[in-house]
Amino acid sequence: MSDSSTTASGAVVDAHHEHPPYQRHHFESVDQQFDATNFAMWLFLLTEIMFFGGLFTAYLIMRNWYYPAFVEASHQLNIGWGTANTGVLIVSSFTMAMGVWSAEMRKKGLLILFLSLTFILGLAFLGIKSIEYSEKWEKHHVPGLNWSDASFVNPASDPEVHKLYPQDKPLAPDMAAKTEMYFFLYFAMTGMHALHMIIGISILGFMLVRARAGAYTTGHVTYVENFGLYWHFVDIVWIFLFPLLYLISRY
Amino acid sequence: MDHISPVLWQFLVKWLTHFALFPPEASKIAPEMDALYFFMALVSLVGLTLVVLLILGFSILYSKNRHPKAIQIEGSTILEATWTIIPLGLFLIMFVWGALLYFRIYTPPANAMNIYVVGKQWMWKVEHPGGQHEINALHVPTGRPVQLTLISQDVFHSFSIPAFRVKREAIPGRYSTVWFEATTPGTYHLFCTQYCGTNHSQMIGDVVVMTPDDFKKWLDGSTSGNSLAQDGERLFASLSCNACHNSRPDARGPSLANVYDSRLTLSNGETVTADDAYLRQAILNPSQHTIQGYAPIMPTYQGQVSEEGVIALVEYIKNLDSDYRVQQTLNTTDLVPEGQAGKAPTTGQKPAAQKEAKP
Amino acid sequence: MSAATIVQLPDQSTARIPKMNFLTKENGLLSWLLTGDHKRIATLYLISITFFFFIGGALAGLIRLELLTPQTDLMAADTYNKVFTMHGVIMVFFFLVPSVPATIGNFLIPMMVGARDLALPKVNLLSWYLYVIAGCMAIYTMAAGGVDTGWTFTTPLSTHYLNTHVISTGLAIFVAGFSSIFTGLNFIVTIHKMRCPGMTWFRLPLFVWSNYAASILMVLGTPVLAITLVLVVLERSLHIGVFDPAYGGDPILFQHLFWFYSHPAVYIMILPGMGVISEVVSTFSRKRVFGYTAVAFSSVAIAVFGFFVWAHHMFIMGISNYAALVFSLLTMLVAVPSAIKIFNWAFTLYKGSITFETPMLYAFGFMGLFTIGGMTGVFLGATGTDIHLTETYFIVAHFHFVMVGGMLMAFLSGIHFWWPKWTGRMYPEKISQLAAIVTFIGFNFTFFPQFILGTLGMPRRYAAYPPEFQSLNVFSTAGASILGVGYLLPIIYLTWSLKYGAVAGDNPWQATGLEWQTQSPPLTENFPVIPVMDHEAYDYDWLEKQEQKEVASVG
Repeated sequence: MSDSSTTASGAVVDAHHEHPPYQRHHFESVDQQFDATNFAMWLFLLTEIMFFGGLFTAYLIMRNWYYPAFVEASHQLNIGWGTANTGVLIVSSFTMAMGVWSAEMRKKGLLILFLSLTFILGLAFLGIKSIEYSEKWEKHHVPGLNWSDASFVNPASDPEVHKLYPQDKPLAPDMAAKTEMYFFLYFAMTGMHALHMIIGISILGFMLVRARAGAYTTGHVTYVENFGLYWHFVDIVWIFLFPLLYLISRY
Repeated sequence: MDHISPVLWQFLVKWLTHFALFPPEASKIAPEMDALYFFMALVSLVGLTLVVLLILGFSILYSKNRHPKAIQIEGSTILEATWTIIPLGLFLIMFVWGALLYFRIYTPPANAMNIYVVGKQWMWKVEHPGGQHEINALHVPTGRPVQLTLISQDVFHSFSIPAFRVKREAIPGRYSTVWFEATTPGTYHLFCTQYCGTNHSQMIGDVVVMTPDDFKKWLDGSTSGNSLAQDGERLFASLSCNACHNSRPDARGPSLANVYDSRLTLSNGETVTADDAYLRQAILNPSQHTIQGYAPIMPTYQGQVSEEGVIALVEYIKNLDSDYRVQQTLNTTDLVPEGQAGKAPTTGQKPAAQKEAKP
Repeated sequence: MSAATIVQLPDQSTARIPKMNFLTKENGLLSWLLTGDHKRIATLYLISITFFFFIGGALAGLIRLELLTPQTDLMAADTYNKVFTMHGVIMVFFFLVPSVPATIGNFLIPMMVGARDLALPKVNLLSWYLYVIAGCMAIYTMAAGGVDTGWTFTTPLSTHYLNTHVISTGLAIFVAGFSSIFTGLNFIVTIHKMRCPGMTWFRLPLFVWSNYAASILMVLGTPVLAITLVLVVLERSLHIGVFDPAYGGDPILFQHLFWFYSHPAVYIMILPGMGVISEVVSTFSRKRVFGYTAVAFSSVAIAVFGFFVWAHHMFIMGISNYAALVFSLLTMLVAVPSAIKIFNWAFTLYKGSITFETPMLYAFGFMGLFTIGGMTGVFLGATGTDIHLTETYFIVAHFHFVMVGGMLMAFLSGIHFWWPKWTGRMYPEKISQLAAIVTFIGFNFTFFPQFILGTLGMPRRYAAYPPEFQSLNVFSTAGASILGVGYLLPIIYLTWSLKYGAVAGDNPWQATGLEWQTQSPPLTENFPVIPVMDHEAYDYDWLEKQEQKEVASVG
């Protein structure tokens, strides 16, 4: 999409002051442009907090109502993979921050390196998530699609998990049915998060192409910085999801 | 009259004589609510008149022809304070008055007669404790507080009696209550006011208010033969509740004699009052409502008992005032030995004649 | 009406629409579909929402026709349920929410703050595309058989008990929600970061304050609706649920999440309209708005308080008595700022110099009808009376008074007021005054009887009703036909004016405000030179000095 209408207007304005090519014509200065777009990104992240907030509210209420079911259901999640994912995201936030620094320092090579690392780490996160998701599918823990609560009514039937959590008692049928609720929220929350990751990684890909063309190392760090904010936000959402979903009974 | 078409005149006459601005006041709370409504209407009228007078008055006095040059005025803190504080004060009066009414309507008195209402798409099922069952109708006596315990079997419905000025949502999954005391015999509208699907507008009925004598006659004439408690007793036995809840010393479930409205300690340490809601939850979600000292082995009856069934069971338990009653139940229904509990549907016969169907 | 008028048009024999303006800048479909110019996007929005308004209006007509008789004889009950649902969905999400912000707001806010465009023009365009996509999804839903959940999507009815197109409607509203969020986001950033030199917050026109407050609501409230709809869609497709007690969920949770947005939504809808009224009342009294600071702060107060009152839609739904108490008290508090505004506008007339052109007529209509609508809101905010009045036609009347008698009148007021700026041409005054009066009369006949119907107990969303309610329903339908005429007239004469209207010139109303200091229609870049704001808002003395300077320099 071009904003050709505003670009063309440059010719009409007299006393047209010098400005860098990346400054849009409706802004009076680069600073104003940076200020405005940065503020916009923070505001957008605020809306994202409200968006995830609805899911967190539903989760907190259901967890309060059906605590035993949520505890046992959470034991189905692999803490190893979860921790690995957490580590992956934290490191990716670091590489993203380094990318922003590189852009500010106008070091194109480093910028491309750090963006690539962030990209790869993002893919790694999604890869681990898909391993976890396929595990859930195999064990019939996908709500609505191939759900079975056998592992909760009779924990012994699931030797892998039972070995790790021998203290888990079989749940009464009505409580066992609530584990489906846990998994519904698990998939909704991590799925929404993963969707945001996918969007982020796609934008990263686009940014890598533009970075190679030198778009971000001319002093125009706005794009990289604002994307960095987004990436950190997605990371923070995971930091909340991880203990809520994986670490229910560990304190 | 010659100049007005007879059709139009009939319409006008009918309209004017039937023209009412309020539904009839047929309950004790109705006049009180109408009083608040009148107050609000009066305040609104005064407010509106004031605003209209200001607008019209200023428009005439200061129209361009009369007042060609506008005089710039920044504002007036006094005026701002006035029209902040006076409306706020009036609104707060309405808030307090309304809150008092609200608490009254949703806090049934202890001596209220209880009637159960189950809403479903698209009818109201009304169950009197004495065993009278009504569909889309509610018979009540004058002069006695009547409490309605409502629940929905499927989606949200709302039980509304405009003449009584009461309305309460029938919620799927839990009981809600409302109470009233009818004052004037007559027949009044009953509406479902929460959109519930295709035949929402057909979910209407009649509330018939009768004098106490007439009501008693009606009760006698309309009973199905079994009170709700008796229905509950049969259900209790047929579902083999008495396999565990049999008041024997070695029973696996707590005794239910006098349990209604008592304070119980759950296995997680919480104390609760065993009211209708608790009993319903204990039947449908027992694992979260187990009593301290008992193992969480009670199976859930979700899906096996309808809301009317739960109501019948709750009524039965409400009336279970001694172990003797429990023993009576055990004696009048064949107790299936533990380990061979089967589930037979309740039949329409009296308890004494019922035999369990062995699996 | 007095013949006195403040309209000053240029000499029609020599006046011309400026050759270079945002409409003529570039030609071709792509220049419109790929534009970043906020004025063009506003125009696109105006066309789209007018389209949806007429669909929603047609559905309203069907409702009123059905309700002429007590039986369901015009259409089956199922069809009626779909008609009122689609009427609600379209009117709320595809007309009222975007009405003033996305059209008049988009058009004006950059000019009012002295900027060349909104902060994020591409996001602005994206917002319009999202609206169009959502609109297409809504039309698809209607074509495919409609949805009959009511615009409130009450669960578990909508998740497990209906077999109509709930998912496509839910997704359509989800997409429309993001359109709204991006508009609000753009406004907030623009107002914070792109004010011209000298434009302090308290020199901003009150229209900007109102839209700012509405934008806060859009940005913070709409995402909650979005996630709620996602959950409903998931629940419906997977047959499990957080909202259905049969699956262990809580239907009241849906109510809380839904109303957490949908209550602020009503303030999203009304606040921009209130902003229009401030501008119009000021211009046609030739006076600064009385109590500028109070009106500005009351907009923000409504936005803030508006977030804390949502459960007043749930008083009879089984929330605890104490919760009801708290929400009722907060509802009373949120009613006060609206009262403050009405009185401030009324007192703006005091010692003014008042004329009665069409925008002012609509503004007067707004003030009276919004007062009634607002007061009846207090009837509902008091818990005791709410028990009797909720879920009846009283509620229907209440929200139509504030939304149609209030917001729609404000929208029409704004359209007429800024029409000369937008198109360069004046609308025809006499017929538009007639349309305003017809609308006012038709509106009262349509909706006032509904208050009585509600008090009598007639429930809402009923296709059939007891016969004793018929006469009031007939009255209401008769009013609706008059109202329909009142809404059709502007379409006709506004379209006519595009070619035959008088050339308006820069400032036909002699109004203050930066948008009136440029040509009509404006240049694409709004101002040849970014202005410096050196006077207060609504400074009619400054305006007089400007005119004197102009006269002196031209002569």
